Amino acid sequence: MHRSSDNQKVVVVGNGMVGHHFVTTLADLQPDCEITVIGAEPTPAYDRVHLSEVFAGRSPEDLSLAGDGYDKLGVLAHHGDPVVEIDVDNQAVKTRAGQTYPYDKLVIATGSTPFVPPIPGNDHPGCFVYRTLEDLDAIRRASRDATTGVVIGGGLLGLECANALKNLGLETHVVEFAPGLMGVQLDPDGSQTLRRHIEELGVRVHTSTATEQIQGHHQGLRLNFADGNHLDTDIIVFSAGIRPNDQLAQAAGLEVGERGGIVINSACRTGNPHIYAVGECALFQQRIFGLVAPGYRMAEVAADQLAGGTSEFSGADMSTKLKLLGVEVGSIGDAHGTASLAYTYADPVQKIYARMNLTEDGQKVAGAVLVGNCDAYDQLLQYFVNEISVPECPEQLILPTVNGDSVLSADALPDSAAICSCHNVTKGAISQHIAEGCRDLGELKSATKASTGCGGCAALLKNVFDRQLESLGIEIDTSICEHFAHTRQELFHICQVEGITDFATLLGKHGRGSHGCDICKPAVASILASLYNSHILEGQNVGLQDTNDHLLANMQKNGTYSVVPRIPGGEITPDKLIAIGQVAKQYDLYTKITGGQRIDLFGAHMQDLPLIWRDLIDAGFETGHAYGKSLRTVKSCVGSTWCRYGVQDSVGMALLLENRYKGLRSPHKLKFAVSGCTRECAEAQSKDVGVIATDKGWNLFVGGNGGMRPRHAELFATDIDDATLVAYIDRILMFYVRTADRLQRTSVWMESLEGGLSYLQQVIIDDCLGINAELEAQMAHIVGTYQCEWKTTIQDPEKLKRFRQFVNSDAADTQVVFVRERAQKRPATEEEISLLAVEAQS
Amino acid sequence: MNLAATTAKAVPLCQLSDLIPGSGVAALYQGGQNQSGQNQGGHNKDGKQKSAPQGEQIALFYLPDNNPSLYAVSNYDPIGRANVLSRGIVGTINTRLVVASPLYKQHFDLLSGVCLEDSRYTIKVYRVHLDQQTVVLEV
Ligand SMILES: Cc1cc2nc3c(=O)[nH]c(=O)nc-3n(C[C@H](O)[C@H](O)[C@H](O)COP(=O)(O)OP(=O)(O)OC[C@H]3O[C@@H](n4cnc5c(N)ncnc54)[C@H](O)[C@@H]3O)c2cc1C
Ligand code: SF4
Ligand code: FES
Repeated sequence: MHRSSDNQKVVVVGNGMVGHHFVTTLADLQPDCEITVIGAEPTPAYDRVHLSEVFAGRSPEDLSLAGDGYDKLGVLAHHGDPVVEIDVDNQAVKTRAGQTYPYDKLVIATGSTPFVPPIPGNDHPGCFVYRTLEDLDAIRRASRDATTGVVIGGGLLGLECANALKNLGLETHVVEFAPGLMGVQLDPDGSQTLRRHIEELGVRVHTSTATEQIQGHHQGLRLNFADGNHLDTDIIVFSAGIRPNDQLAQAAGLEVGERGGIVINSACRTGNPHIYAVGECALFQQRIFGLVAPGYRMAEVAADQLAGGTSEFSGADMSTKLKLLGVEVGSIGDAHGTASLAYTYADPVQKIYARMNLTEDGQKVAGAVLVGNCDAYDQLLQYFVNEISVPECPEQLILPTVNGDSVLSADALPDSAAICSCHNVTKGAISQHIAEGCRDLGELKSATKASTGCGGCAALLKNVFDRQLESLGIEIDTSICEHFAHTRQELFHICQVEGITDFATLLGKHGRGSHGCDICKPAVASILASLYNSHILEGQNVGLQDTNDHLLANMQKNGTYSVVPRIPGGEITPDKLIAIGQVAKQYDLYTKITGGQRIDLFGAHMQDLPLIWRDLIDAGFETGHAYGKSLRTVKSCVGSTWCRYGVQDSVGMALLLENRYKGLRSPHKLKFAVSGCTRECAEAQSKDVGVIATDKGWNLFVGGNGGMRPRHAELFATDIDDATLVAYIDRILMFYVRTADRLQRTSVWMESLEGGLSYLQQVIIDDCLGINAELEAQMAHIVGTYQCEWKTTIQDPEKLKRFRQFVNSDAADTQVVFVRERAQKRPATEEEISLLAVEAQS
Repeated sequence: MNLAATTAKAVPLCQLSDLIPGSGVAALYQGGQNQSGQNQGGHNKDGKQKSAPQGEQIALFYLPDNNPSLYAVSNYDPIGRANVLSRGIVGTINTRLVVASPLYKQHFDLLSGVCLEDSRYTIKVYRVHLDQQTVVLEV
């Protein structure tokens, strides 16, 4: 082949997770490469690993990995059209639609296909596989009229699929040919423990059961088993293993394994020097790697090789930790360990099982199985991967930890130890960043990507980070400001334990100097409000309040204010709407609808604020706390009351929540939303607290936010009833109020919690700290002592004193100038102000 | 405070009871200049512009436990470009008594008027004292 362009033409077949990772890695290493990626699926690469979350309410767009990024990278992407032929002689590929793409180098990343066992009747309508977004759609459509679903295959993916069917509200069965579930990753006892968990969740498990035939039966399907029994169902999903997509390669004369898979060497190259294969379609040393992390490693190796590097793939550890139907399961190395020494621990009540296999000399970890609780996983994995000698009493590695202390110190790990396996971040890399001046865990995360994948390494990462800083003799100053050598959390604790109710006492007993500053004063004001809920303009509190709290309104750029009455759930009567209009008209306020389903009135002079509020309160409004670090709005859709799709009364729930939490002062503002069904019109997943209706109750999401650094909320609990929902939110909010840093949104707070979401679940759902009763009592106090701050203010002449523009004159501030635009007023620009003045003088 | 400063004219501004302990208020000094250097212009409720010179806006801070307990600076925030400093939080930064602008949080020294973050900006500082229950400005 002869080509005019010097730039290397690289064609990638398959735009799945690994193909995508390859493309971005190569584009990064060699920006002048001409990369073309061809995918059979209609959409660009998405996160297949989290596919099932779509059933739990996540949107498919959310899973997208590629987004519009390909354009930016200069990568040509071609979707919805599979490659049907590789012409190795002319170095080109052909697609089904007849397109031809020449290549200098070809990378095959075609992944795999679910294996459908050759059971007669396996092609009935109602039979599905589960691998792609399209499969998911098909299953979802079929499940609308279904009541029962069967998964054939009790492996990791089969159980994941069972969870999905359960989420769709189907009575779910798992049929497994082998005697146990997840036979590859678990030993028989572990498998048995998992089974008990799963059956308790209402999934029926049939092991040692061979399906001989599938027939149509009435409206549905019937499975006939070898033992003569049968099972009737509406839909069947096959999940009996995967088969590598190697047909293209085979037809092109490339070597494939006996049981499938394109043979590659340690450079990820096939027998043809111009062709590479990566991901689940590739066979390395007789093994297929059915997990995403090894696939990513292959992609990195292949990209490096194409860019002239010498990286090599040396196989990968197939240890996994996951949550199946909410049950934690972990498997490390050799799970069965037939020849080795084994330690086991079982708690039949909590259904926890742990097994650790040691090497014959009893010195190293050879493998492990964990079911029901994976706390020990990270540590065991480090022992296994880094071949660290086990401690004198090895059993402590799998025994439940009493106080959460781990046995393994970060110091014991070699520099090569992978701390985050998702992003392959080693301890050495972390030390490097610290040596270069990184002092903040968040900064470390964004620089290295560590802990931004599955998140499982969060605790270990923090441990390593802290130890490394410590060993360098660096002390992290967590003081809130020069007046207190404490964090916000510590100050909260001090005020609570010592019953301190004012700033001066706190400063006198625990601080320095006699004044404080604009950092500690509002922080303490917020703590006192969260603890005692007294009026923020009461007595000593007055001088502590930040800009907006100072006058219970939001200061705008010219020193005037905006006013936001509360409109709970965004529901408002025509009369009240008119009342707002009248107030806005009377005080000439610029009026705008907010993103939180309420109305913001701008341009109020400070001396007008009490008058405006008197009118609003007369019309039945309360303060909207738009000025406070507190609950702003609970956005809602109309839900089942009006909407054709709604399954719960989302407005009713939004009203309940907004009225409950409306007075709560918190480290930062709080936004909620409630959607009436999984279509999620209220965008609850972008809120601090998001509630999405299901047929059985509510799904609760926490820790989302929009703004500068948008973050999706995480699914915290599913299908809970009203009372549980409120109890969980009570506890989460109070725990946040107690432990967050000043001005820390819930999203950042959750990231900063060691153990993240699962730790929060342990605190809130399992009450692992034993504080839930206290948290609820504290919230009950806040709810019980609610007052509309504005109502109290306008009744108190002492508080009204501060709303005078000038203490010695009734004049307005003549330097505040407005002009009109689109029939409303707005602050004049400086140019406009000087022009107006010139006109006035002439 | 030196009441005997003979050349100084004493202008009563307001009463002690007008002040808010631990916080600030604004007062108008009719005899003064418009301190921002901007031209005048105003807007009435009926929408007509007016342009009567207003005098100087003074931010008064009252810290009862401090000595002295009274501080007065210009109410105009030269960075945020609005008359808002009386609504800022008072505190100390390295023992210097400051007010933090409620708009963008720069700190202004209450004794010298210098902006701690950007010394190109200095706000006017006034001498004030208490005469019985009256707050008096020395000009
Ligand atoms: C429900 C589910 C849950 C999972 N959970 C986990 C987990 O928790 N942890 C984990 O590590 N792994 C998990 N996996 C496995 C993980 O998704 C795979 O390891 C990973 O997706 C492999 O990436 P890949 O790019 O090799 O293959 P794929 O992601 O399958 O991508 C291959 C792509 O190539 C396309 N293609 C195939 N043939 C052609 C052709 N001829 N022309 C053009 N395009 C073609 C396919 O359509 C597909 O889009 C899960 C998988 C599923 C289905
Ligand atoms: S979220 Fe569901 S119930 Fe609410 S408006 Fe959208 S479709 Fe209707
Ligand atoms: S191990 Fe998954 S994010 Fe670090």
